[in-house]
Amino acid sequence: MSPAFLIIAIVTLFAAAAAMSLRNLVHCALSLVVALAGLASLYLALDAQFVGFAQILVYVGAVAILIVFAVLLTRSDATPNQAILAPGWIVGIAVSAVVFATLGWAALNSTGLPKQMPPAPETTVKNIGDLLMTQYVLPLEVIGLLLTAALIGAVIIAMKEEAPKSCSSRRESAPSEKLERTDPALRDCYEVEEGGHI
Amino acid sequence: MTPLQGCLLVSALLFAIGLAGAVTRRNAILALIGIELMLNAANLNFIAFWRYGPNPEALTGMMVVIFSIAIAAAEAAVGLALIIAIYRHYKTANLDEIKNLKG
Repeated sequence: MSPAFLIIAIVTLFAAAAAMSLRNLVHCALSLVVALAGLASLYLALDAQFVGFAQILVYVGAVAILIVFAVLLTRSDATPNQAILAPGWIVGIAVSAVVFATLGWAALNSTGLPKQMPPAPETTVKNIGDLLMTQYVLPLEVIGLLLTAALIGAVIIAMKEEAPKSCSSRRESAPSEKLERTDPALRDCYEVEEGGHI
Repeated sequence: MTPLQGCLLVSALLFAIGLAGAVTRRNAILALIGIELMLNAANLNFIAFWRYGPNPEALTGMMVVIFSIAIAAAEAAVGLALIIAIYRHYKTANLDEIKNLKG
């Protein structure tokens, strides 16, 4: 293993751990950016230039901005003063430790893994584009459809909720004139009516 | 330890960190960040096996990662939209306080 790989891996893992453990959500988002950029440089070290730059464009560029916007819109940017971990956190940590132990054991004890790095393949953008337009054209179209549907769905989900029932429909459901006048939920309807000369 | 095993170990640790964050943190946005980390650990595995595998000219692992990045972007957009809608409804992004199925 080259020293460059070690350094990048350590930076990436520390940033990921910081992103999962810091209290302030804005700091978490910034640590996530560092971790994703470290992953992009790992891809570059593994001769996957296109994927590395796609990672920077999509994750560091778009997803990180989305997350910062979500932090802004949910007003969780202040450091929380209550516990940041869910009550059963020790079970969660134990489960992930078991998962890591299993995966690490499998990686270290497999005998069929290739030992040497084969010569770098030719991965020009032209090759990738050729493959995307010939062998992988159906997945590409499906991904296009999925992205369109996901973006429309995200906009519809995040749109403002419907305003409560309009005044006219609520007035029809009110049983009597007297009750209607005293119903606090309908007071604004009358104010609107009187002010608007309806 | 061969370089491929190093990559696999880094990826396994990244996955474990993401999993621990996704199941233990109370904030919904942090859970989503954990899921993103797990997806990225899987991508690193794909790239490592593609690079060290016997037939890297076919670019199979790279194609899978490109599609996986696109799907992860869509997932992040929908997930954050859901979190914003939930925040608007419950006035909180704390997963422990969101208990009602019909609010």
